[in-house]
Amino acid sequence: MPRINSTDELEKVRQEILSQRDPNKPCISICAGAGCLASGASEVIAAFKAEIEKQGLKTDVNTKGTGCPGFCERGPVVVIYPEEICYLQVKPEDVPEIVSQTIKEKKVVDRLLYLDPSTGEKATHESDIPFYKNQERNIIGNNIKLDPKSVDDYLALGGYSALAKVLSRMTSEQVLEEVKKSNLRGRGGGGFPTGRKWEESRNAPDEIKYVIVNADEGDPGAFMDRALLEGNPHSILEGLTIGAYAIGSHEGYIYVRQEYPLAVENVTIAIKQAEEYGFLGRNILGSGFDFTIKVHQGAGAFVCGESSALMTALEGRAGEPRPKYIHTAIKGVWDRPSVLNNVETWANVPLIINKGADWFAQFGTERSKGTKIFSLVGKITNTGLVEVPMGMTLRDIIYKIGGGIPGGKKFKAVQTGGPSGGCIPEELLDLEVGFDELTKAGSMMGSGGMIIMDEDTCMVDVARYFLDFLTDESCGKCVPCREGIRQMLKILTHFTKGKGKEGDIELLEELAEVASDASLCALGRSAPNPVLSTLRYFRDEYEAHIKEKRCPALSCKELISYHIDPDKCQACMICLRKCPSEAIGGGKNQIHVIEQEKCTKCGTCFEVCPPRFGAVKKISGEPVPSPIPEEARIIVRESKQK
Amino acid sequence: MDNGRIDQIIDKHQGEASSLIQVLLEIQSENHWLPKEALERVSEKLQVPLTRIQHIATFYKAFSLVPKGRHEIHICMGTACHVRGAPRVLDTVQDLTGLKPGESDLDLKFSLQTVNCLGCCALGPVLEVDGKTHGKMAPSKTAEVLKNCD
Amino acid sequence: MSEILLQIDGREVEAKEGMTILEAAQNVGIVIPTLCHHEKLEPYGACRICTVEAEIRGWTKLVAACLYPVEQNLVVRTRSEKIDKTRKMILELLLAHAPDAWDLQDLAKEYGADKDRFEKEASFCIHCGLCVRYCAEVKKKNAVGFVDRGTRREISFIPEIASKECWNCKECFPLCPTSALQAAYVLVEALAFPKSSFESELDLKG
Repeated sequence: MPRINSTDELEKVRQEILSQRDPNKPCISICAGAGCLASGASEVIAAFKAEIEKQGLKTDVNTKGTGCPGFCERGPVVVIYPEEICYLQVKPEDVPEIVSQTIKEKKVVDRLLYLDPSTGEKATHESDIPFYKNQERNIIGNNIKLDPKSVDDYLALGGYSALAKVLSRMTSEQVLEEVKKSNLRGRGGGGFPTGRKWEESRNAPDEIKYVIVNADEGDPGAFMDRALLEGNPHSILEGLTIGAYAIGSHEGYIYVRQEYPLAVENVTIAIKQAEEYGFLGRNILGSGFDFTIKVHQGAGAFVCGESSALMTALEGRAGEPRPKYIHTAIKGVWDRPSVLNNVETWANVPLIINKGADWFAQFGTERSKGTKIFSLVGKITNTGLVEVPMGMTLRDIIYKIGGGIPGGKKFKAVQTGGPSGGCIPEELLDLEVGFDELTKAGSMMGSGGMIIMDEDTCMVDVARYFLDFLTDESCGKCVPCREGIRQMLKILTHFTKGKGKEGDIELLEELAEVASDASLCALGRSAPNPVLSTLRYFRDEYEAHIKEKRCPALSCKELISYHIDPDKCQACMICLRKCPSEAIGGGKNQIHVIEQEKCTKCGTCFEVCPPRFGAVKKISGEPVPSPIPEEARIIVRESKQK
Repeated sequence: MDNGRIDQIIDKHQGEASSLIQVLLEIQSENHWLPKEALERVSEKLQVPLTRIQHIATFYKAFSLVPKGRHEIHICMGTACHVRGAPRVLDTVQDLTGLKPGESDLDLKFSLQTVNCLGCCALGPVLEVDGKTHGKMAPSKTAEVLKNCD
Repeated sequence: MSEILLQIDGREVEAKEGMTILEAAQNVGIVIPTLCHHEKLEPYGACRICTVEAEIRGWTKLVAACLYPVEQNLVVRTRSEKIDKTRKMILELLLAHAPDAWDLQDLAKEYGADKDRFEKEASFCIHCGLCVRYCAEVKKKNAVGFVDRGTRREISFIPEIASKECWNCKECFPLCPTSALQAAYVLVEALAFPKSSFESELDLKG
């Protein structure tokens, strides 16, 4: 492919690509994102390719592995174009039927369609599925339509037209003004106005400046950056190049966490392709602008998601954050002006350039413009990535799109913002999602993780979990964070083991104050948030743990006991056999009893007791009823003939 | 790993000190651990103090200063997996292998490590063995997955 | 370098651009406590005991005096209820590691820090980093460094370098506010120093 040397040439190439593509030609798109791959998508892709070949349809039908569309719970996801028929949880065994029925006979395979659990209705097209219908998929919508390893696919969808517009018709000031006008705020967690950050770097007096993509998505529960980088890497490259042009940088870095090997692979391929086509390198599209991008892998450290720590890691050091009294936009990597933005922030840039700041600003609220991709995970029916305009209520996201809580359980809280965020309870579900609204409620937007928790989740344990996470991930340099978290974790662990005492909550609050006031970086300053927000909304759970040694959610191992209700037990022997500690006594017609001293609280008996009996119970805060006498344990079964 | 191979990796990154972490990642990936001699060679060639390399090798979880087992087991302890029962999966794996996170068994068959989020949150709890991801894990299913490792 | 006028504890203080609040204060005899600071080393900002209130354009924030650059019209307060509370807690957290450390006793008294507030921790090291930084920046030998992260972070000597350099140097020993450094040195000497040729010969001879 010879290098494209002007924006006119680019349009010619684009038209050529489009002319060779028949929009009516059937295309089988199978999601090849990390989630679906884990569910067996590569076998499905191989099965389709083999079946198409077998049926002699290779020239008439396209088959491709695509980027992640976000409906991970129901993967492997397959969409058949041009009809947009969407099949879910497809297995290799289903492939021959799909090819003969849908491809050849244009008939729908009913059993693979989405079934709405509340209405019982099926949805044929992707756009009919409630999960997708209520989203505004400006950014992630393209993922299912392209093969991330094909730059031609990206061009066919209009890719690199924003870059062409910028390099041929806009000055760098105009680009900056457009981004400022859009009021785009960082999507990584800070929510800092992107245009202002770019302006600071642009005005900094230094010849050498850097632009950086933060793809160190460390917030557990968040995977939208993975989906974007894996699924549509060129969109990030395009955004980054535009940003570099705006501030006057010629060197870019993409810092990807090493836990995302597929993202590293796809973005590395994309950079090579971009260099070949002339979207990177010297004199891009004949504009005289030079720009190159390097990929740096992370090595397993959550703290490297913090911007100054990431820059320290880029310099080849241990990722210890630095004080940001002087913004990194002015003194960043190697003390040069550096603009660091999150993957999703960069992905918004081509859109803003192509459609304009005014178009962008029509979505969202007064102070939070545009759309945001959230990862809806945890105790929710439809887990996956959802892209919605800012301002949608939490209730709509969780119930209309997420399908509510499975298993008939009651909603308890939604955790947002990762380890720096907090838990939002039911009474605040009508909160309109936005940066400031979430912060006011005691949490924060963070990178967009939304972890749904139900009645079985212990909020004290949630706080303990996050502190445990941070004791490992903190860099350990400063006292308030390292020692503060150490002591807070100790106290919370005591709570979950029934060793809490009066005065502990007050000590927790004091430690929280010092950590948030005096820590060196945002990790330490926000470390107390999970504790403080759970104390704010779920104080009663804390008090139960301390005063009554009771876990209301029946979750903390040391505070619960398992007990088999003699009135319900039918001596089916299932739990007896499965108990890994052989702690259950009983027999074929003898009611089962758990020997408490041997019980390791693994929960297997609770898991396997047939739902129609429901004999295994969890008890907390009260003594276990003594086992009934042996004679009373014999079950006399009525004879089968009556 | 011989010095020749290490030198090759360093040269690939133009011998720049800032590529230190990338160099170590490659050595770790090929060799499955970072022997002391390798660190000393890197220190010499890149002209960086051994203390900085030691800090990096212990700061970042991707690196191991001891040999690892043939089968690396990673259990995701991210929030979404945690809420869906990952601690119980961890307990079961610990019981089955006799290992605690960070340990490898004496015949170097298994290495167990907890990871803070693999990015497959919709499929939690997630278990990764030899790079292959297994979603929707339950304590009862883990035995099956591990049995298939020789 | 331009002149900057700021206020510290109600006093007008002259400073030069590029100075930190700590430097400006020390120049006029205002005392701000420090633990990880040393005149021969780059400021570190790890102990946070030099935390002060800095007010500019109506906003007050808590900053580390050893690192925060002076600004025109900055108003600094080195003592307040909030600052004292913060310093007291930092001291109590450190005293859990090194309850008898000489350098902590006077400060503990001044701020009313209780050495028994928290359960004693196993390691005396308070992570001031003076040893590591001195060996790197002044002696340029890099015999001792940090390892690991979070609550597991510790100092560690490199046996091959320490066995050659430390005996004749030991300049970092008096810098250590606790006795952690000396303990770490002795341990690595006993367990990990490479054998001298004399010792190896002794081994061979049985």
